[in-house]
Amino acid sequence: MEWETVIGLEVHAQLKTRSKIFSGAPTAYGAAPNTQANVVDAAFPGVLPVLNGEAVRMAARFGLAVGATVHRRSVFARKNYFYPDLPKGYQISQYEHPIVERGRLVIATAAGEKVVGITRAHLEEDAGKSLHEDLGGFTGIDLNRAGTPLLEIVSEPDMRSAAEAVAYLKTLHTLVRYLDICDGNMQEGSFRCDANVSVRPLGETRLGTRAEIKNINSFRFVERAIDYEVRRQIALLSSGGQVRQETRLYDSVRDETRSMRSKEEANDYRYFPDPDLPTLVLTEDLLAEVKAAMPELPDAKRRRFCDQYGLSAYDAGVLTASRELARYYEDAVQAAGAEPKLVANWVTGELAARLNEDGLDIGGARVTAQALAGLVRRVADGTVSGKAAKDVFEAMWAGEGDADAVIAARGLRQISDDSAIEEVVRQVIAANPKQLAQYRAGEEKVFTFFVGQTMKASRGKANPAKVNEILRRLLAP
Amino acid sequence: MPHGLTSLNAEDIEKVAHLARLGLSGPERDAYAQDLSRILDLVSQMNAVPTDGVEPMTHPDEAGLRLRDDAVGNEIDRDRLLAVAPKTRDGLYLVPKVIE
Repeated sequence: MEWETVIGLEVHAQLKTRSKIFSGAPTAYGAAPNTQANVVDAAFPGVLPVLNGEAVRMAARFGLAVGATVHRRSVFARKNYFYPDLPKGYQISQYEHPIVERGRLVIATAAGEKVVGITRAHLEEDAGKSLHEDLGGFTGIDLNRAGTPLLEIVSEPDMRSAAEAVAYLKTLHTLVRYLDICDGNMQEGSFRCDANVSVRPLGETRLGTRAEIKNINSFRFVERAIDYEVRRQIALLSSGGQVRQETRLYDSVRDETRSMRSKEEANDYRYFPDPDLPTLVLTEDLLAEVKAAMPELPDAKRRRFCDQYGLSAYDAGVLTASRELARYYEDAVQAAGAEPKLVANWVTGELAARLNEDGLDIGGARVTAQALAGLVRRVADGTVSGKAAKDVFEAMWAGEGDADAVIAARGLRQISDDSAIEEVVRQVIAANPKQLAQYRAGEEKVFTFFVGQTMKASRGKANPAKVNEILRRLLAP
Repeated sequence: MPHGLTSLNAEDIEKVAHLARLGLSGPERDAYAQDLSRILDLVSQMNAVPTDGVEPMTHPDEAGLRLRDDAVGNEIDRDRLLAVAPKTRDGLYLVPKVIE
């Protein structure tokens, strides 16, 4: 039987606010335990939550970016469960009335563009962290993360393969960073993903029973976890078994998903509107402010790069992968004053390769956009050959100065002066009468011999285009 | 409305008590069964009111939520906060071992 995979994703994006969603405690990562949890986060009696306006603006910005309805009124609810890292005994979340509903995200798949529906996105607070290492038979609780603002983004079950799920996640990851609402750091848990996976016979319209996979903290693991889970479910159903609706944990070491011991009545959260928090009302002023601050989105930027700079869709895609890279490129184009395609080649070529080699992102580039533009200008005006320019770039990366300084110091200036090249070419021809006779007898391949000899005689500095042109002229009978 | 329209049995009470992490004695279970049944009776009485076209109201305050500026404030005195906990170590609250 042929099977169809159905995947929906839930992403928790940690919002990039300075303070927590309901308290003034800081959100910085990696502080000493419990130094960033105040009386509100630790749920001392008598405290009240006060909503962070910036978290609301960020959620609205996301809603607008995915073409969703941003509700003028939304409601915070209590999700009740007991766990030691949740000191109130409930998590403040949004349930029946989320701030964002019905959006869409366009992703690139092997079969072209595909629209993935976004069911909803809601604001909620994160829980603290439980530490199970050796603490004399106790569990340690660090509440630093408690109260950190999260935007939970829930997709429709629109994805049909692990590859599509990864494409969706990467697109979403790029988007939240463009919007500057989430740093996207997956190792630190700023962008976390749960996957709902089910399979059904191809052609069936009803959904199969799904398993929810938790704990997938990299794009690679998402793909592997889903692939494993799909194989598991198909094997189960093919042998007459049934998929159980449950939560499974992905183990990246063994590359498998495992059933989490399902907690009894784990899903009875007894949601109700939080009486501490009146309805969240978005004013027109606030929405206008959010709209005005909206940055250019990845799609629009990609299209503009194609139109404005004449780039291929591929290059435009690479250059707009992050806002920082796109800014670097545009700064370099502006500084170079022209040659947008040549600049693109350098950014996606030498620069990208060097960054990759050194494990840096664009922020760590040791050649600034202005400096790269200086080099591109020297390539464009023929001062250095393309080959020599790569050496210049390496020297610039190593801190030997700007392009002009390196070219001068290393004597890499290309000889483009006709008479100087002609002089060298005449000497080369005079020294090789046998090859000259062969060429004139019609042996075309001897031409490359003369090119090589001329370049060698000029110690690689002769402009190759000029060498070709002058050789053709002087070798002619 | 006469009492007893809704009647919760001991099992329902046990479930609700478990979710709320309450330990109840036998007599307490019976008392809660009666109290909660009466509350549910009241709810069903309200459910009977026609509310078509009435927008649900979660809060009586129409002004809406006041928003706070995203600023870090209030010094955190960890030692004072930890001092009220029964057991702490190295800046952590300690709780009975949670088995995953």
